[in-house]
Amino acid sequence: MTSDDLTLALGDPERVHRREQSAVLRMNESDAEALTGDPENPEDDHRMILNMGPQHPSTHGVLRLMLEMEGETVMRSKPVIGYLHTGMEKTAEDLTYLQGPTNVTRMDYAAPLFSELAFSLTVEKLLGIEVPPRATWIRMLMCELNRVSSHLLFQATNGMDLGAVSMMIYGWREREEILRFFEKVTGLRMNHNYIRPGGVAADLHDGWRQDVRELLDMLPARLKEYDTLLTNQPIFQERLQGVGVLNPAEALALSATGPILRSTGYSWDLRRHAPYMFYDQVDFDVVVGTWGDCFDRYAIRQNEIRESLRIIEQILDLMPEGDYRVQNKKVTPPPRVRIDESMEALIHHFKIFTEGFHVPQGEAYVAVESPRGELGCYIVSDGTPKPYRMHIRGPSFVNLQTLPHLMEGGLIADGVAVISSVDPIMGEVDR
Amino acid sequence: MPQLPILGNTQNIANDGLEGLEHNFVTARIEDLVKWSRARSCWPATFGLACCALEMMATGAAHYDLARYGMEVFRASPRQADLMIVAGRVSQKMAPMLRQIYDQMMEPKWVISMGVCASSGGMFNNYAIVQGVDQIVPVDVYAPGCPPGPETLMHAILTLHENIQSGELTRRRDANQGGAAIDLPPLAPAANQSVTLGEKEGA
Amino acid sequence: MTEENAAPPEETDQETVEEVDLGPLAYGVPVTESFGQTVLHPAPDQLIETATVLQQDGFCMVIDLTVVDYLTHPGRTDLPAAVTPQRFEVVVALINHQQSTRIRLRVQAGNNQPTVPSLFDLFPGTEAMEREAWDLFGVTFTDHPDHSRILMPDDWEGHPLRKDHAVGDIPVQFSTTVGNR
Repeated sequence: MTSDDLTLALGDPERVHRREQSAVLRMNESDAEALTGDPENPEDDHRMILNMGPQHPSTHGVLRLMLEMEGETVMRSKPVIGYLHTGMEKTAEDLTYLQGPTNVTRMDYAAPLFSELAFSLTVEKLLGIEVPPRATWIRMLMCELNRVSSHLLFQATNGMDLGAVSMMIYGWREREEILRFFEKVTGLRMNHNYIRPGGVAADLHDGWRQDVRELLDMLPARLKEYDTLLTNQPIFQERLQGVGVLNPAEALALSATGPILRSTGYSWDLRRHAPYMFYDQVDFDVVVGTWGDCFDRYAIRQNEIRESLRIIEQILDLMPEGDYRVQNKKVTPPPRVRIDESMEALIHHFKIFTEGFHVPQGEAYVAVESPRGELGCYIVSDGTPKPYRMHIRGPSFVNLQTLPHLMEGGLIADGVAVISSVDPIMGEVDR
Repeated sequence: MPQLPILGNTQNIANDGLEGLEHNFVTARIEDLVKWSRARSCWPATFGLACCALEMMATGAAHYDLARYGMEVFRASPRQADLMIVAGRVSQKMAPMLRQIYDQMMEPKWVISMGVCASSGGMFNNYAIVQGVDQIVPVDVYAPGCPPGPETLMHAILTLHENIQSGELTRRRDANQGGAAIDLPPLAPAANQSVTLGEKEGA
Repeated sequence: MTEENAAPPEETDQETVEEVDLGPLAYGVPVTESFGQTVLHPAPDQLIETATVLQQDGFCMVIDLTVVDYLTHPGRTDLPAAVTPQRFEVVVALINHQQSTRIRLRVQAGNNQPTVPSLFDLFPGTEAMEREAWDLFGVTFTDHPDHSRILMPDDWEGHPLRKDHAVGDIPVQFSTTVGNR
């Protein structure tokens, strides 16, 4: 919960409210092309609009930036998106609720289980069913592991963007171990389609405790390696500290959530302040920054990995026995062996997989805390087996609005550091 | 000096003068050497678009290691790249960029369509996604999967290497008149011929 | 879902004096509840006022702004009697950090030329969300600083997420199951 002292220190959000003289370059492409500047004016000579992307080596997908630069300094900028627009929200209207997770999982492809989770929780709310405890604990375990693998991806790409190219290899080395666990449980390394309305697709395999224990034993030492390589290194600190500063009021005004909001010193994490699933039964800290700069965002993600490992450690003990999906015949397909034995099971299987289960009319919004911020799913149902309207509130889409303000007045090299620290995943930006 | 074990059919060539020639040289046709080097040093351009990009990066990382094929250098500039791995779904807005990047690559160039979205539009059969990048660029190898695991991608890359090395691809290109069809005029300008810089003939 | 109709509606006015039982919301706009969340139904010209009051009341962030096109919907049953359903509905979700509550605003934007005022001056974070709403649905936000397409190419015609815009799929051989797709 935010304390009252913080409201005094929220800062002044004035610069993000500006329409004129804002850090956001609100110019369309043809106007930008038409700008030639005044050749007589020596000062005008340095100002130009530079295009960065959509294909560029910074591994953040197809983000394009129009940068208005004065020499090497970025004055205003405009993120141009839409290069990965997939029409997923339109596609969702043609897919049943059981097929829905396959669609939403490909939005945030670095943390796919969170999108599936948000979707499944919303559908369950509309259906009015409650999943068994074991299913919820399994979901929590998988989601926390996904948070770790997503933050490791951040460490890898952040390091590489700043020049620590070996960081890319280290981050992926750890990620491989986690993806191996995912492959054992869900069958896929990525885009798992594992968390479905009603529970999860399959139970954890025998020996999962051993596998998780091995992950928990391996990761802390590796994180220390990253600290030695990056955190305490003067070059890394110089490149990130003081770069891309945001104050809490600005972050709130821009609807930023996740590590960006927490880096400003504002403590807001849905797992703590609006708990869902069983996050109120596990012990973990919300990591909050101080200065709102890129280094804080890096450190927050580094420590969030540690907090997630803490949660996973607790889940090892707290995981109950039981069903991994709700035993509602209308929602959950029957086990395959039953299909040979029971006519009813066969019919249910057929109905659920061809037509889908009907969800009563209503509209609901459920949000989860993904590695990038608040990931919400808003579904309007109309009584048919397919959603009438499905909208995913992608945290990266909203967080990208902070980009011009973070880059304002910085050098272009700092711009790369800023993009990397915002950690956008274009799949969920463009949907 | 320690005695090193003699493996296989080695001979002591220390005293060889001209007799050692056959031990010290490898002969081959230039064609084969060119194909061998093209296959073994095929640098990809960074064209990771969506989820497949993460698997492409995983293939380049330590566990699956593209460096053993000489491909760990992902060139950012398409002018320096030989291979474009289209990794991910291509939207309508991105399609002109894809073509532009492809055009900037120098011959010989190859395209691997990674994943079902690049190969055929994948699960997104709608207004926003180009149903297969072969509508835009000529594709040499298609790698299926959503996303294809690193092993599938490596299989695709090795298939490409095989086809490069056997000359199959260049044969097909000539037969289909594919590729950029660059005609180089014969060199050796006459001494009294003036050369104008900055002029291009044709497009 | 419970609906509350405390007083009969005024003549042609859409505004009904409702008994609001959650928090110090001074401005009377019709309210319903949806799965434990409060949903307000302001008219487009009440939107800015309502949002201002909510902001003063502690709703510090607009979490989400989206549009729903109810063209082929069988009929909404969760609207208060005082609110006339229109084809396009703008849904604004806000969050209150101090009390950890959420609230949703459903604004009936119109049938043919849906228009609502822009929330940019109160919440700059709605800039991109409103651009997306314009791009995909064709809802106009008056006084928006940059009213342009954000996801589709600039020269795209039509608004893809409208119900009368086709999915744009190409027919696939052998995929002739009429039921699902």
